[in-house]
Amino acid sequence: MKRLDCEMFHAIRKIRTRRLPAAVLALTVAAAVAAVAVGCGTTEKDIEKIPTPAKDTLYVYNAGEYIDPELIDQFEEETGINVVYDVFETLEEMYPVIEAGGVVYDCVCPSDYMIEKMIKNNLLQEVDYDNIPNIKYIGEDYMKMASEFDPGNKYAVPYTWGTVGILYNEGMLDELGIPYPTKWSDLWNPALKNEILMQDSVRDAFMVALKKNGYSCNTEDPEELDTAMKDLIDQKPIVQAYVVDQVRDKMIGEEAAIGVIYSGEILYVQDELADTDVRIDYVVPEEGTNLWIDAWVIPKNARNKKYAEQWINFLCRPDVAAKNFEYITYSTPNTGALELLDQEYLDNEDVFPDTKKLLETCEFYHFLGQEGDALYNNRWKTVKSS
Amino acid sequence: MKSKSSRYLAMPYIIWIVGFIVIPLLTIVYYGFTDPNHAFTLGNLAEILVWENYRPLYRAMLLAASCTAICFLLAFPLAMILREHKVGRGSIIVFIFILPMWMNSLLRILAWQTLLERKGVINGMLTALHLPEQHLINTTAAVLIGMVYDFLPFMILPLYNALMKIDDNTVNAAYDLGASFWQTLTKIILPLSVPGIVSGVTMVFVPALTTFAISNMLGGGKIYLIGNVIEQEFMQDSDWNQGSGLSLVLMIFVIVSMLFVNHFDDKSDTRRGGIM
Repeated sequence: MKRLDCEMFHAIRKIRTRRLPAAVLALTVAAAVAAVAVGCGTTEKDIEKIPTPAKDTLYVYNAGEYIDPELIDQFEEETGINVVYDVFETLEEMYPVIEAGGVVYDCVCPSDYMIEKMIKNNLLQEVDYDNIPNIKYIGEDYMKMASEFDPGNKYAVPYTWGTVGILYNEGMLDELGIPYPTKWSDLWNPALKNEILMQDSVRDAFMVALKKNGYSCNTEDPEELDTAMKDLIDQKPIVQAYVVDQVRDKMIGEEAAIGVIYSGEILYVQDELADTDVRIDYVVPEEGTNLWIDAWVIPKNARNKKYAEQWINFLCRPDVAAKNFEYITYSTPNTGALELLDQEYLDNEDVFPDTKKLLETCEFYHFLGQEGDALYNNRWKTVKSS
Repeated sequence: MKSKSSRYLAMPYIIWIVGFIVIPLLTIVYYGFTDPNHAFTLGNLAEILVWENYRPLYRAMLLAASCTAICFLLAFPLAMILREHKVGRGSIIVFIFILPMWMNSLLRILAWQTLLERKGVINGMLTALHLPEQHLINTTAAVLIGMVYDFLPFMILPLYNALMKIDDNTVNAAYDLGASFWQTLTKIILPLSVPGIVSGVTMVFVPALTTFAISNMLGGGKIYLIGNVIEQEFMQDSDWNQGSGLSLVLMIFVIVSMLFVNHFDDKSDTRRGGIM
């Protein structure tokens, strides 16, 4: 005992500079464990359920703040299926989780190009439409659009769609004496120093610079990409921040005059500011932009395909889709839901733009393969490092 | 019999060390020295020679060094004051300084976001006083402020402990023999507190060098440190090999800086100081 004590003493002496972090780490781990337990809302009853997840639990993986939480409860009540709902911030973060298969999800909601990648890498299984009768409510135009990344509509059921555009604060721009933006190149105006919020995701950031130069946002031409990279580096000094979901809240808080954002956020922003004299508007830039569709897919390793299809069918029901739209304000492809919505929404061109006109200048992102991705990722790193 | 049972007592620690330190570390080493096809390569480590990687490393070193220096300049006088008033009062004040550590550090950085924002608390006060708004958030200065705030307790504690352990008689003897305050400080107190300084410097410099959360939250994605590069390799590019390679390089930098700092430690009496 004594010898061991002595050894331990020496060991502790040697690592004494690390003792405190270790204690903090231990506390953190304890806190994390507690947080996980609380976060999952584990009651004693739930704990019994966890070891046998396959039985009556549906594991859903969706982007952050991308559903009306009441609908999860409603689904649980109607079907008796227990839903475990997890969120991711970016698709790039979601992909390795599904690929590694460490955590098995039954239903995931990625965007077009990521679905294309998952199909190509054999990570998805075909949806059985017999189990999703409500598919009839999804507009034909949207199914056709989705077939661009999911040929034959075998894997993906459209959930939301929209554009990437510019959100701008009219009052702040008036004060600065700068005309309202109409095109991407307006985001390179030096007078906007510290007023611009750019998207902190590689494809969206490059899309802005590529479209500004009249290139495709799926280009793999190194010269075009170099031009875009140079533009992004030139723009960096006037950009206030590169953020993802925070663009919305920062615009509401009047932290910046201009933000690059998805069309689905405009209604939320305007709702939040309804009682103030702050005027914020959205524009789809002239040069064209990215048109996107987010859709539900079922991973190959899903344990409960039937439940996943029940979940998708539930979300395709007009009343559910309409309720969800009113919460998340991202345009729905559900024709049944459109009939239930206020005309005021449908007349809003930011939310429901004319798809035919859009398709002339806008593009979906396509999966570019590992080499294509590397072309973008490496240049994005250069932009961030400079 | 006794020594056997105490050996069993060490088991949880061994499991902990193997499971949560050795195995993860070996995994990183494996990924760091292989390419996606599992062939041996030094390419992932050599990546640090690319401008996109060494520039963020250089930036991180610069920020971490500044943060360490500022923390020391703030903490040493405080530790001296605490030493002067060691009777009773000391512990409560130390407690107050450690208190923030009980709260999640990300939460505290979020609070700084609210303070520094354009429509944040600080600018709100400036505007109320009819002073011009300042651009504080998403700058290098904001990241530095966050680092100093987050890591200051790690400097205060070891310095405080080292200074408290210096015998009053030693200090009084110096004064008796005619040393000025300045001489006592530089010739007696500072040398005797070296172990505390070493602990403090290591515990501030290393996390500051490797942080990515603070630079992300207060730098608005514009202040790109080596931690952010590694995060991007893992999270965005799904390139675990390169991420691991750069992590290993970063570990080498940490080890070298610790050796450098510990070099001073060895010269002094090692029974003194240290943390706690």
